[in-house]
Amino acid sequence: MKLDPYAPRPVADLLQATEGVRHTLGEGFRDRVVESIYRDATDIAGRSVRRGVGKRFDLDLFIDKIVLSPIFGLPLMILLLGLIFWMTIVGANYPSELLATGLFWVEAKGAALFNWLGAPWWLTGFVWHGTYRGLAWVIAVMLPPMAIFFPCFTILEDLGYLPRVAFNLDWLFKKAGGHGKQALTMSMGFGCNAAGVIACRVIDSPRERLIAILTNNFVPCNGRFPTLIMIAIVFVAAGHNATVASAIAAGTVLTIVVIGVITTLIVSAFLSRTVLKGEASAFTLEMPSYRRPNIPRIIYTSLIDRTFFVLMRAIATAAPAGAAIWLLGNINVADASLATHISDFLDPFGHVFGLDGVILLAYIIAIPANEIVVPTMLMVYLGTGMMTEDVSQDHLRHVLVDQHGWTMLTAINLMLFSLLHNPCATTIITIWKETRSLRWTTLATLGPLAIAFAVCFVVAQAARLLGWG
Amino acid sequence: MSSCDTCNTCGAADGQTPVNFDGVVALAGNPNTGKSTVFNALTGMRQHTGNWPGKTVARAEGRFTHDNKTYKLVDLPGTYSLLSASEDEQIARDFILFGQPDCTVVVADATCLERNLNLILQVLEISDRVVVCVNLMDEAKRKGIEIDAEQLSQDLGVPVVTATARSGRGLSYLVETVAGVINGEIETHAHHVDLGDEVNNALDQLVPKIQEIAPGLPNARWVAMRLLDGDWRVRESLIDGELSQIAEKQKAPTERFSRKMALEGSQ
Repeated sequence: MKLDPYAPRPVADLLQATEGVRHTLGEGFRDRVVESIYRDATDIAGRSVRRGVGKRFDLDLFIDKIVLSPIFGLPLMILLLGLIFWMTIVGANYPSELLATGLFWVEAKGAALFNWLGAPWWLTGFVWHGTYRGLAWVIAVMLPPMAIFFPCFTILEDLGYLPRVAFNLDWLFKKAGGHGKQALTMSMGFGCNAAGVIACRVIDSPRERLIAILTNNFVPCNGRFPTLIMIAIVFVAAGHNATVASAIAAGTVLTIVVIGVITTLIVSAFLSRTVLKGEASAFTLEMPSYRRPNIPRIIYTSLIDRTFFVLMRAIATAAPAGAAIWLLGNINVADASLATHISDFLDPFGHVFGLDGVILLAYIIAIPANEIVVPTMLMVYLGTGMMTEDVSQDHLRHVLVDQHGWTMLTAINLMLFSLLHNPCATTIITIWKETRSLRWTTLATLGPLAIAFAVCFVVAQAARLLGWG
Repeated sequence: MSSCDTCNTCGAADGQTPVNFDGVVALAGNPNTGKSTVFNALTGMRQHTGNWPGKTVARAEGRFTHDNKTYKLVDLPGTYSLLSASEDEQIARDFILFGQPDCTVVVADATCLERNLNLILQVLEISDRVVVCVNLMDEAKRKGIEIDAEQLSQDLGVPVVTATARSGRGLSYLVETVAGVINGEIETHAHHVDLGDEVNNALDQLVPKIQEIAPGLPNARWVAMRLLDGDWRVRESLIDGELSQIAEKQKAPTERFSRKMALEGSQ
């Protein structure tokens, strides 16, 4: 410690005395202090703690031997995640249909009421077939899966499983040059990438925190799960009986998630070897005791804090998006709607990447929130002039495949694009707030987008070379 | 930097009418000991809690009332120690030292008390007005661990309250104890770690000099220890006079208290 020439005299005196005393004490002052503290702690604990009262076989240790085992740990984790997806898919199916039927019934009645009142067609269309339909879609598609997925995730969190996930993945992240806690922030990203980015504050080292922030987007958030689930059900699992189909759909979503995790690792490794070079920092990860989840609190946290929060956000963006789509679909220029013009223009570009113009248009409109990609797409495909009718899976498949030429390649690339593309506006703003850097925010936005296009391009070209898709 | 720059619980910096708190209580503890659960239970707030360490990333603040008095409660980040320079530890350490809480509650995990004592002992070096809350008693019982709170309280020189925050057990007693420490009904004599003759002698040389700069500073010994360890933040606070101001403020509550007593006495 250097002496400060501007320090007041008594302070300068003290600092000088400190230097002198330190000299007499020699090296290792901190270690001595720490040792003394530990010695006292052991003494005091020895007097007031009694162990082994009653029984006992340590259940926690037994469970950890399995859950953290180098052999079973990772597969068990993947299995658990698959199980949650499966429960979400199976459980959300029926309530989703019920909600859709109910909400679209309201749309028909609302439109009828407007007609009866003599409202002009464009007002009825804008309010009911545009704004309201956007809302109805988002609620029907998102609410049931969220109401199942979030509580499941919160139970794992409350149980104490998340630090174990971090433990199991630690060696992978270390290899990739990231921080072990990145596994935790990644897990939070499954709920919401913006929340995941904020969670990156638990990582102390700025270098490793940046890596975690920049790659958080590669796990699908709750806004993107409905897209993945729908495509998995309608395409990959189509033609099988219900039980097999749900398992296949869950497997597909799981595969996409694993691809996301692998991408996270690859990009982290790339960043830590190029722009964000540096030493990996060590940390202690405490394995907390397993705790019996507190069910009322889980319901409160997952439904009010998470589900309701995400849903309100989705609704806030879906209503204007619905209105925008309606306008695009109903403003005609030279015999065709604006939506048709734009998607026709984007079509050849989309084709190169195994997608199409409507999908790209949907992603552009959905920049504020990923939740509305599927509704946007369907509204453009189905035509906004139509009254809502059958929204069953068979009908969707019919519309996409027979009327709009979708193939398995389109479905797979849509899922890959959804997984890898740029974060939503909320996440981008959060990244800016956390990094306060235009450069990193831009990289976090455009990097994933470039990766998404590149991967889709390679997959599309490879598939076409093989004469498939 | 004065402590008002980093704290806005009274609302003054936002242009609101400042709330007059009857006391400020800091909530410290190791990560994942149920600090946030205690915080929520006392304030009735719904800070998200989760069973993983490092969850509380920012400082949360709330209030609770007892006996018609309103106290401010500040949830500090969970830390294992206050000696290193990690951001979390610095936030916690700075608040206990410079934030001048009227009482610091250290929440500890009953299932691994020894490890938690490391932090408790460090807090006791900084402040005398401490209440130890040994939480997760249900879990300890499940694991066949018993805690002798009376013995622990005797060894530490501060009150010890056992609790199961999740079901609310022990929390009303905790609040009572905290209020008791703040209003002086409960006396505390914090245990200080025996650092050995050589270190003690070294500290004895520095303590009078620190007391000369900041008369009445209650934790001069700890400040001396930090200086010897090369803690720049503590050193800066000596140079720019922040520590002297704190010592000055330390005296203020007693003055306020005696004036109040005088007023009451005259009635």
